[in-house]
Amino acid sequence: MKLFAELYQLLDSTTRTNAKISAMVDYFGRADAADAAWAIHFLSGQKLRRLVPTKLLRQWAAEEADIPPWLFEESYSSVGDLAETISLVVPEQQLETTGSLREWVEDRLQVLRGMDEEAQRKIVTDIWRQNPAHVRFVILKLITGAFRVGVSKRLVTRALAEHSGISAEVIAHRLMGTWTPTPESFLRLSNPDIGDAVASQPYPFCLAHAIDRDSNPNELGNFSDFAAEWKWDGIRGQLIRRNSQTFVWSRGEELMENRWPEVEAAAALLPSGTVLDGEILATQADGIVLPFAQLQRRINRKNIGRKLLLEVPVVFHAFDLLEQDEKDLRPLPWQERRNRLQQLMSQVQHPQLKITDLIPAECWEDWAKTRTQSRERHSEGLMLKRVDAAYDVGRVRGTWWKWKVEPYTIDAVLIYAQKGHGKRSNLFSDYTFAVWKGDQLVPFAKAYSGLSNSELRKVDRFVRQNTTEAFGPVRSVQPELVMELAFEGLQASTRHKSGIATRFPRITRWRHDKGAKDANTLDDVLDLLPKSSSGDTP
Amino acid sequence: MSELLQQTNRGFYCPQGDFHIDPHRPVDRAVVTHAHTDHARWGSRRYLAASPSEHLLRMRMSPEAEFQFADYGQTISIGGVAVSFHPAGHMLGSAQVRLEYRGRVEVVTGDYKLGSDATCQSWQPLRCHLLVTESTFGLPVYRWPDQQSVFAAINQWWRDNREREQCSVLYGYAVGKSQRIIAGLDPEIGPIYCHGAVEKGNEAYRQTGVHLPPTMHTAKAEKSQRWAGAMVVAVPSAHGTPWLKRFGKTSTAMASGWMAIRGPRRRRSFDRGFVLSDHVDWPSLLAAVDACDPETVWVTHGYTAVVARYLKDKGRNAISLDRWQRSASDQEDREADTNGEEQSE
Ligand SMILES: [Zn+2]
Repeated sequence: MKLFAELYQLLDSTTRTNAKISAMVDYFGRADAADAAWAIHFLSGQKLRRLVPTKLLRQWAAEEADIPPWLFEESYSSVGDLAETISLVVPEQQLETTGSLREWVEDRLQVLRGMDEEAQRKIVTDIWRQNPAHVRFVILKLITGAFRVGVSKRLVTRALAEHSGISAEVIAHRLMGTWTPTPESFLRLSNPDIGDAVASQPYPFCLAHAIDRDSNPNELGNFSDFAAEWKWDGIRGQLIRRNSQTFVWSRGEELMENRWPEVEAAAALLPSGTVLDGEILATQADGIVLPFAQLQRRINRKNIGRKLLLEVPVVFHAFDLLEQDEKDLRPLPWQERRNRLQQLMSQVQHPQLKITDLIPAECWEDWAKTRTQSRERHSEGLMLKRVDAAYDVGRVRGTWWKWKVEPYTIDAVLIYAQKGHGKRSNLFSDYTFAVWKGDQLVPFAKAYSGLSNSELRKVDRFVRQNTTEAFGPVRSVQPELVMELAFEGLQASTRHKSGIATRFPRITRWRHDKGAKDANTLDDVLDLLPKSSSGDTP
Repeated sequence: MSELLQQTNRGFYCPQGDFHIDPHRPVDRAVVTHAHTDHARWGSRRYLAASPSEHLLRMRMSPEAEFQFADYGQTISIGGVAVSFHPAGHMLGSAQVRLEYRGRVEVVTGDYKLGSDATCQSWQPLRCHLLVTESTFGLPVYRWPDQQSVFAAINQWWRDNREREQCSVLYGYAVGKSQRIIAGLDPEIGPIYCHGAVEKGNEAYRQTGVHLPPTMHTAKAEKSQRWAGAMVVAVPSAHGTPWLKRFGKTSTAMASGWMAIRGPRRRRSFDRGFVLSDHVDWPSLLAAVDACDPETVWVTHGYTAVVARYLKDKGRNAISLDRWQRSASDQEDREADTNGEEQSE
């Protein structure tokens, strides 16, 4: 545990990629397999399920520190991080941490779940008393399920590759799927001799880079080096058919079981040893893709009723073939994979399994013209793929590009502000924006991101000096600042006062040139609603 | 009996003696707790301060200013009020101001800390009726680590950087903090260079008789100077500026009480943060109040409301004072502005 806490400190105190990797390599070299397995689990973003309610942790910490609850809350609001606040207020005793990471997780922490409150309290406060602050901090992060340390899975993969001498691609592949943090898993991960591909195991997804909204795709090179498809807003998925079994993986590397029964039924027609990459989309029988709002009705629904299946049928739109006859096709050029995909799909006839359409063009301008129809088709724009490129792991620059249509933008007035969390816990950085409805400002979107640090400070200062009312942590401010907000999507909603729900709102710029009176109206916003989705969403 | 001190828009004022303590605007007679610029301000006609702060104050203040200095413990009568200075432990020459008039005693701590400091005399408790205390770090999350372990960590960091052929750049407030750091450095590790503002502070310290290891102004270094392995003590505002380029490969660190919290530590992207403060932390603030055992506590500079409320919970008469020249919202800015350079550290 001590070693792991030190690793955390090292990773947390540097922004340099190489320093992070070498800290992890060093750790993997020193930790035993059981510990290393748990470390990978946490470093790649997996969490323990919440072990103890935070409300109790706060209460116990205040009592251990011998301070009243209000003072604990003041401290928390100043620090902005629960685990850190607790590890700072509870007096430190000069004791050494003992026990391995595995012992801590399996024997001391996981057993907390399901214990009664008194037993939990005894164990937790003993942990605080027996460990130095920096170790307590990491343990608390594990207990509260808030462990985050600024390394991506990709970085962990690179460190493991360096540690084991196995290529990053193989490590990435082995890390995918239901990787369990056991010593066997770790040894398998770093064993050069293992040729056993688990049936369910997906390939790492190839990710696209965005073409800036103002830049020109001409700069990518000759248009004939590329192929174009629609960019859909659905669920990216990998459809695997091996050993007479079907697996559907999301891009978040989550195995989606029984979520898309019609897709699974279609996949049964695929020959064994086939892996498709594609997009799951709500699609009408006539092939028209429905807006994301419709698909959303099926997401996060554990049991999908017949009614919903009929109302929102989904189709797997395949755009790549990664494995055929149990052979990895990823090194082949896109064109070759596409040809094989076409051939395969012509043999599999099922309405829930389609191949994407390629968009023909004679020059870049043709695609630019087609792209303007994106919104009507409920598409986000175009995908451009290099025809001669292999299927890359992760976000490698240059092979896949997303050329999105411009997002919706609206000029809105800042009316409420709240302090952020973590790094921004001292700044008013979470805002609510409003648009005009007659002579009233109606709140319609919340945005957290998009301003530079110096702009954030300026807004923060404005909020402090122009608060008209405070209710709880929220400050109501003079309606003066106007910001341009961009959205990926808008949909009608009865749950929102404005009648509109926004998707991925963000601040694109501060309109210093505009006063509150110049902001947009609710009618302007309603005009942006896609016609087919207005009024029919729950 | 009524209080000797009042809070006015110029700072603390004693009507009986007709003088101000650490006024924020020019006054006729200013009693100054220490040489930091937010306490010793320009423009007043006469200044009274503790003797060990003489070199520092003359260095920082206008040559026209009229100074009077008193030794720690020496009493000066002003309008019948017995005024004396007592060590505050904050930096060289820092003092608590003790006022006594007809049996009533009031003490203004200025900035202060408990415990030892190689570059100044340690704080002493003064029994009083009214204690005016600062509260820069008045939250229970602030508990300073033992300073010997902090200096050991700083020296180890310097050694490690030397091994890696890097120049160590350590930031601290130009006067006070920097000299305390320098006194804790191990000159066996390598040469110590200082930013101009720091080097000026070093001279004033040496003139006052404080022993510091040898240091050199960075501007006086040879053109061919190899900076790898050297220590450069600089002001925080130099961080991220082209001034750093000359040192080649560097590792940067900040020494400040704010470094106790991860947010400020990460926000300014120093390679390291060392928790070293010249202000009282939470336990020592409470210990100081108990040792002085005043009837009333006025809380200024920092987490005033929190500290006052806590003391009241504990049965002591405590009042939170917001500084006159700062609006309540500015007070919050001060908390938010944890970057260290504007702080009186
Ligand atoms: Zn000071």
